Amino acid sequence: MTYPTDAVLVLIDTTGTGELASSAAGLISAASQIGTPVAVIVVAEPDAVGASADLGALGAAHTIVVTHPDFSTALVTPSTDAMQLAFSQTSPCAVLLANSVAGRDVAACLAVRLGLALVVDAVGIDKDADGVIANHSVFGGAYTAVSAPTFGPPVITMREGAIATRAIARESVSHQLSAEPTPQRAGRFKDMQRSVVQTSRPALRSARSVVAGGRGLGSAEQFTLAEQLADTLGAALGASRAAVDAGYIDHAHQVGQTGVTISPDLYVALGISGAIQHLVGMQTSKTIVAINKDSDAPIFESADFGIVGDVFTVVPQLIAALGERREQLS
Amino acid sequence: MKIVVLMKVVPDTYGDRRLDPETGLTDRSTDELILDEIGERALEVALRYADFSPDTDVTVISASPETSATVLRKSLAMGAHAVVQVSDAQLRGADLRATAEALAAAARRTGFDLVIAGNTSTDGAGGVVPAMVSELLSLPLLSNLTSVEIADGVVSGSRSTGDEAMIATTELPAVISITEAMPDARFPNFKAIMAAKKKPFDTVTSEELGIDPQDLAVGRSILLGVAERPPRQAGITLTDDGTAANQLADFLVKNRFV
Repeated sequence: MTYPTDAVLVLIDTTGTGELASSAAGLISAASQIGTPVAVIVVAEPDAVGASADLGALGAAHTIVVTHPDFSTALVTPSTDAMQLAFSQTSPCAVLLANSVAGRDVAACLAVRLGLALVVDAVGIDKDADGVIANHSVFGGAYTAVSAPTFGPPVITMREGAIATRAIARESVSHQLSAEPTPQRAGRFKDMQRSVVQTSRPALRSARSVVAGGRGLGSAEQFTLAEQLADTLGAALGASRAAVDAGYIDHAHQVGQTGVTISPDLYVALGISGAIQHLVGMQTSKTIVAINKDSDAPIFESADFGIVGDVFTVVPQLIAALGERREQLS
Repeated sequence: MKIVVLMKVVPDTYGDRRLDPETGLTDRSTDELILDEIGERALEVALRYADFSPDTDVTVISASPETSATVLRKSLAMGAHAVVQVSDAQLRGADLRATAEALAAAARRTGFDLVIAGNTSTDGAGGVVPAMVSELLSLPLLSNLTSVEIADGVVSGSRSTGDEAMIATTELPAVISITEAMPDARFPNFKAIMAAKKKPFDTVTSEELGIDPQDLAVGRSILLGVAERPPRQAGITLTDDGTAANQLADFLVKNRFV
């Protein structure tokens, strides 16, 4: 079986139920910018494949389904074994993975195993005369940096949601491989559960607008104020760590260092003080609006539009005012 | 039971963090240095186990410039039994791999049943060093644990990846990383601070560990360039006088967010 000489190997994360992770389209698109995308999906059973056609729809020229008997019970190692095998078959010019928890783990182990350069959390990739280069956004976007491997194909994790473009759909050539488990011991898992966020709101990672609430909202009941404004703006719902720790809302909504990193067009922070751990997760948003009663809150230094005032007064007025504007516009 | 805790020394996040435009490295000269909060939590996991298992030895391992030694001593005051600091000029600006190699070699030299690390540091935020260390040591990895149980040669815990939650488990020896869902670290008391002065603090070089941070046989990541983002245009901040909501609505409409 022959592969393109400019193959870019892409590991596609799948969910517990075998669906493609939302990062798949962005990864394949990024790969298409520097070469020919060759997607890899790992499965436990050979017949667990229905995804191959979908990957053609996302722009993958080749789809390699790697069967690994431990995939449904072991952590990290099966995907690392599978990628090692796919790497040896395709001799790619780069390997791309999502900068998710699972993607980072596999990227780290694969890079060590193959002696390749590891590049973490790229927001863009490109090619120069010497090979693949990666762009980074550092300290919440305060700096941009460009990195390159000393030699050989780099293993790169791409920040989720950083690639907005999509590759053109094409016919994808299918391949089947089966990986031999390495003798190395692996961590095991059980009781896998999907964190299901039931909502008609847009997904946080990919939303154009986000309304986020912090401790200033005071309680889980009052957090609905953030939800109301989110629905008025057609925005996704976010939260600071303080609000999540206080139990106002589920961790899946947490923006910042230990939550998601996002850069929507509009970010509205309600009752969020703006600790650096939060700022790194949203500072690259194009427009930042902050409402907080503490005029010294650091969030105001990042805000394009700040209001020092009571969220419980300002937000209901804002929702009403937006309703009026909308009527005038229509 | 021997537990190794991986610790990073980072600039205090409440200060402004900077990259040196010459080297592209984090500027650690201007800020106050502290133990990384997530590393302190990793140490707390080890210390809580040690509280109830008296024959436990907790060693903190860090790859950091010699000037951070005083910061690392805090981990002894918190209750760690020993510190091993890997430090030499060759490790300055070490990439992820060189750092992981230094930590893995020091852990091997110290000996351990369990390695505990934070999932991602406050400054670099790469989130890959624990996994690299596990692969270098050929050991199982349980990453991103939000709870940890250590018992009878087995470590297990709840693991959260954002989209999925599961129970993860493995036999020892193993490497685990924890998230900041784990409890805050304890404060050292006066007695512990005094006792810390007598505890072993080892400094080793990469040469003594038999590793070469500049080894060209493996691919490494290098910085080609770094640029500071132009300062954000100062925004407007109003104090609400009853009209602020209306002005914000105008701003959102003008910028086509409605």
